[in-house]
Amino acid sequence: MSASDLDRQLALRLEELRKEYGDAVKLERVADVVRALLLSVNHGDVRLYKELESLAAYIQQAKEEIASLQPDELRQEVIASATDELDAIVGATEQATNTIMDMADQLEILRPELPPEVGEKLGEVTTHIYEACSFQDITGQRISKVVGALKHIESKLDALVRAFGPEFERPVASQARPFSAAGAPSDEDLLNGPQLPDKAKKQDEIDALFNSIG
Amino acid sequence: MAVDKNMNVLIVDDYKTMLRIIRNLLRQLGFVNIDEATDGSMALQMLRNGNYGLVISDWNMEPMTGLQLLREVRADAKLKPTPFIMVTAESKSENVIAAKEAGVSNYIVKPFNAETLKAKMVSVLGDF
Repeated sequence: MSASDLDRQLALRLEELRKEYGDAVKLERVADVVRALLLSVNHGDVRLYKELESLAAYIQQAKEEIASLQPDELRQEVIASATDELDAIVGATEQATNTIMDMADQLEILRPELPPEVGEKLGEVTTHIYEACSFQDITGQRISKVVGALKHIESKLDALVRAFGPEFERPVASQARPFSAAGAPSDEDLLNGPQLPDKAKKQDEIDALFNSIG
Repeated sequence: MAVDKNMNVLIVDDYKTMLRIIRNLLRQLGFVNIDEATDGSMALQMLRNGNYGLVISDWNMEPMTGLQLLREVRADAKLKPTPFIMVTAESKSENVIAAKEAGVSNYIVKPFNAETLKAKMVSVLGDF
């Protein structure tokens, strides 16, 4: 078989695999194709044979190196645990925030019973308490961003695990949210969540920008 | 014309804590008729069935975002004049521009304080 015949055969076999399995073709299937083609190579194609052999060895080495990283364990235990911890933080801060606001509400109830100047001061205090409680919304959104990133990594690890073969397969992880196509920014593209403190615009910068737009 | 503090105000946010914070701040400013929605589609339904003098909405909500709600409001002949303040953690320039182009009345970035909320309400509704 000539090199060009081999190229055609390889392309044909890979296309058949793609039709049968889609883009998630297991490494074992690719190895089967390579092996079958190698058997059909005659002695005149020794150079090509050696290149393919080298390619197969490279794939095998990459597979072993990735396996040593224990992607399935990372996915199943480390990332799952991290997302649970972050969810717990959100839940705990929400609960604490509501307790603080319950107490502020109690102080508000007391206001009418107090001398006016004291009641007014108490009103200012409770206003500041309500304002300060908005931290929970911001931290919750920041944590949600981190959880989203972890889930994206989880889905990539899942694809790796599936590529290794049946012995590594586990249930499919959730998919990361797709980014919309290029062009005018869509609503989805614009939703980036809160910026880091040193990058976030202050209200006066927002005002200046807002007022500068016709 | 003086602002009617008995007007219906609709606050929209998927964080119940934030709804409560805004409600309490509005109450301290003297507004008493305050309704809540947890996403844009719920808010839109309430707006179509009610009579609101002000909408204070978060942006990042599902299934309908604050920007989508704003566009629906501005596209509805009856709702179009309703003052609409966006209160969001989204502080990038493109966000402010997109909201302004969609017809937002004013824009508050989280975290905010009562003074900012009042100032933006005054700029939209007039002094109170």
